[in-house]
Amino acid sequence: MIDLKQSTSPLSTDSISRRKFLKQMSALGLSMAVLPGMFPGSAQAAGPQKGGRFRMGMGGSHTTDSLNTQTIADQFEIHTNYALRNNLVEVDHKGEAIPELAESWDVSSDAVRWMFDLRQGVEFHNGKTLDAEDVIYSIRHHMGPDSKSGAKGLVDQIDDIRADGKNRVIFTLKGGNADFPYIMNDYHLSIVPAGTTGNQWEKGIGTGGYTLEEWEPGVRTFLKRNPNYFKQGRAHFDEVEMLGINDVNARTNALKTGRIDYMNQAELKTVRLLKRMPGIEIMKTSGGFHFTLPMLTDISPFDNNDARLALKHAIDREEIVKQVLRGYGTVGNDHPIQKDHPFFAADIPQRQYDPDKAKFHLKKAGLTDQTFPLHTSDLNSIYLDMATLFKEHGRKAGLKIQLIKEPADGYWSNVWTKKPFCNSHWAARPTADMMFSLAYTSQGKWNESHLKSARLDELVKAARAELDPAKRRAAYAECQMIIHNEGGTIVPCFKDYVEAATTKVQHGPISGLLETDAHRAAERWWFA
Amino acid sequence: MPTGLLNGGGSLNMKDMTATILKRIGHSVITLFVISILIFIGVEALPGDLAESILGQNALPETVEAFRKELKLDLPPHVRYISWLGDFVQGDMGRSLSNHRPITDLIGWRLSNTLFLAAVAAMVAVPLAIILGILTALYRNTLFDRIVSMVSLSAISFPEFFIAYILIALLSVKLSLFPSIATMDGQMSLMDKLYTIVLPCLTLTMVVLAHMMRQTRAAIINVLATPYIEMALLKGVSRLRVVVVHAFPNALSPVINVVALNMAYLVAGVVIVEVVFVYPGLGQLLVDSVAKRDLPVVQASGLIFASVYIGLNLIADLLSIASNPRLRNPR
Repeated sequence: MIDLKQSTSPLSTDSISRRKFLKQMSALGLSMAVLPGMFPGSAQAAGPQKGGRFRMGMGGSHTTDSLNTQTIADQFEIHTNYALRNNLVEVDHKGEAIPELAESWDVSSDAVRWMFDLRQGVEFHNGKTLDAEDVIYSIRHHMGPDSKSGAKGLVDQIDDIRADGKNRVIFTLKGGNADFPYIMNDYHLSIVPAGTTGNQWEKGIGTGGYTLEEWEPGVRTFLKRNPNYFKQGRAHFDEVEMLGINDVNARTNALKTGRIDYMNQAELKTVRLLKRMPGIEIMKTSGGFHFTLPMLTDISPFDNNDARLALKHAIDREEIVKQVLRGYGTVGNDHPIQKDHPFFAADIPQRQYDPDKAKFHLKKAGLTDQTFPLHTSDLNSIYLDMATLFKEHGRKAGLKIQLIKEPADGYWSNVWTKKPFCNSHWAARPTADMMFSLAYTSQGKWNESHLKSARLDELVKAARAELDPAKRRAAYAECQMIIHNEGGTIVPCFKDYVEAATTKVQHGPISGLLETDAHRAAERWWFA
Repeated sequence: MPTGLLNGGGSLNMKDMTATILKRIGHSVITLFVISILIFIGVEALPGDLAESILGQNALPETVEAFRKELKLDLPPHVRYISWLGDFVQGDMGRSLSNHRPITDLIGWRLSNTLFLAAVAAMVAVPLAIILGILTALYRNTLFDRIVSMVSLSAISFPEFFIAYILIALLSVKLSLFPSIATMDGQMSLMDKLYTIVLPCLTLTMVVLAHMMRQTRAAIINVLATPYIEMALLKGVSRLRVVVVHAFPNALSPVINVVALNMAYLVAGVVIVEVVFVYPGLGQLLVDSVAKRDLPVVQASGLIFASVYIGLNLIADLLSIASNPRLRNPR
C-alpha cells in the first residue's frame, strides 16, 4: 500500500533536488498506474485544505523595509510582496514560466516583440479592475533615467511598452530575448494599480491571494485571505502572520515552542539537533544560490590566466561543502550553472583540489612569491569560514593568501568589483541567460570579475534571441567552458536553502529559485 | 539628627531649586544640540549611504544617483543638517528616508514598548536590589551576604544574551512556562503583555541587579562606620532600625545616582535583549536605521535616548540634593 504522505516526505526532509523529486514522482505515478484499485479516497484528502493561521518566523527583516517595488530586497519584504501582489508570469517549481496575470503570451520570430494577453476580470484589493495601463505603470516604475530600482539592470533591455486595447500589452526589446517572460517573474516587477505613489506603496494594494491587514516593517506582517482571488487552488490559509526574527536562535526557539509554524534560514551548525525534534520537518532545497570568489581579470596579477588557474586549483571545494555548509550544498565547477539546471554542461570535468597543478600554474605565471590579498567580510556568515579554509588550502599549495576583513557596511559599493579579489554570492536567476549576461559578459551590469571575452559575449547574445533549445544548450555549454577555463571567478559551492517547519505544514515540491518556496509559501502551502 | 527626607529637616529653598532646574534644563538643550551634531557627523562618517545600503548588490551607479537625488542626499552635509534642524525645532521630526513613514508613527509605539519593558524591569529590580543591599549590609560577611553577592555578580558578569538563552532554554523550551519571543501587538491586554515580557524582564533584572545592590551595600556600610551610628548602637537601638532608619537615608545619594544610571540603561542599552526576544523596542529600530543610514530616524531615536540619560541624571541630582541637607541648604 502506498501512502502519499510517506512517499513525499523523504524529498522534503532531506535532499529535495528537483531531479530526485521527479524520479520519486514518476515512481509514484507508475505505482499508481499499476495499483489503481488500491488507492482509496485518501488521495483526495491529501490535497490542499483551506484554513488556519500560518505563522512564519523570518530572518532578513529590517525596520527600514518598504513595499515600494523599486527597493524590495530582503526576505521579509519579498515574501510580503509576493503574497499581496502578482506578476505577469510565475516561475513554477520546475523552473518553467507559467501564466499568472498574463493568461498567455506570444513572441515575434526574432524574440524582440513580446505580446502578453492579460487575464480578464481580475480585481485589485481596492476593487479596481486590472488592465494594460496598470501593467505599463508597474513596469515603467523601474525604467527611465530617474529610476532607483533594483530591477533597473533587468528592464533596461525594454525599448518600449504599449497597450493594445485594455487587455494586451506589447513589449519591444532593444534586442531579442527568448527568456523575457522569466524576467516578468522578478519580485520587483509585481503589478500594482496605475498611479500608486508615495505612501500608497505601503498599503500593499495588489491582486494577490492575501490582503494587507497590518504592516509594521521588519516586525510583523498580518495578512488575510483575499476572498476575491482569481487563482483556484492557491492561497489556502485564512490568515498569515509573518514575524521578523533576525536572530537565528530566537527563530529556532520560537519554532520549537510552537510560537511559529515555519522558519527560514535554519542554523546549519545546529540543524541536526533540530532534525531530532519530533513534529519538525527540515526542508532542504537545492537551487542556484552560489558563492563566488571573483578575481579582477584586468588587474595584475589576475590579468594572467595562470594566476587565476593557480587559485582555482588551490581550493578544496569538497571540504568547504563539508565543513562550512555542513553538507547542505554541492561543489561548484567555476561557472554559475548548477547541476540540476537544464543547461548544465555535464561534460566539463569537475575541477579538483590539486596543489601540484596550482604550484605549476603559479610557477608558470612567475608568481611563486606573490601574496594574494583576499577581501572578506562578515556580511554573510559563510564568507569568513570559507576564506579561512581557502587560506589553509592555499598554504598547502605554496600559495600565500592574506585575509583582509572589510566592514559589512558598504561592502557592495566599496569592495565588490573594486578590490582585485573578494568574496561574493549570487541568488539563483531563473535563466542561464540572466546569470551570464549580468555577471559574465563584458556589458554585464554586475560583471564582478571584469571578464572580457568576445566569444562569450557573442554566444550569450546569440543564445538570448535563439528560440531553438538545442542550439541554446550548445551555446550555454560553451559559455560554461569559457568561464570554467578562462573566467576570473572561483565558484566553490552551491548552497542549499535549509528551512524548518512543523509537520502540520504541507507543501508540494519546493522551488529553489529563492528561499521560502521562491517566496510563494503563503500562496502555495497549506495546513494538514 | 540629619535624616534627610524622612523628617524634612531644614527649609527647602524652592527658589534655589527652581533656578538649579532651569539652569540644568538650559544645559540639557545645549547638550542635545551638540549630540545631534555628533550623531550627524557619526552617520556621515560611516562608509556608504542609504541609497547604497538599500540597493546593496543590485545597485547600479545610475540608480544610486537617482536614489540620492530623490532623498536629497546629493546636497552638501551642512545644508541637510540645517534643514533637518529647522524642521526639528518646529516639532517636525520628518519621515523615514527608507519607507516614508512619519517618524512619530515609527517611534511612538516602539518608545512605549521600550518604556513599558524598562518600567516593569525597574519595578522588579530596584526594590529587590535595595532590599538585598540593605540585608547584605545588615548581615555582611555572613554566608547569606556571600551567596547573594556571588550570584548577583555572576549574573552581571555573563553577557546578556547568554543569560537570555539560558532562561529561554530552561523556562521556555524545557518547561514551556513562558514564551521564548516577546512579540507585541495592539490587541493584547495588560496581563498578556506582562506574561509575554516575563523572560526579557527577568534577564534585565539579573543584569542590573548587582550594580545597584552592591552600591547600596557599600554606601550603607560606609555610613555604618560613622560615629553617630556607633552612638545609636550604644544607646541600644536595634541593628535593623539603625540600618533602615539611620544609615539608609544618609546612604541615599549614591544609591539614587546608580539607580538612575541603571534605569537609563534599561531604556537605552537593551538592544541585545530586544534582538534575542524579538521585542519591538526603540533599540532595534536604532540599529536598523544606523545600518541603513536612515538619518532622520537615527537622529530621533538618538535624541530620545540622550534625553532619557539627561533627564534621569537631572532627577537623580535633584533627589540627591533633596535627600542631603548639606546640599539643600548651601551656606
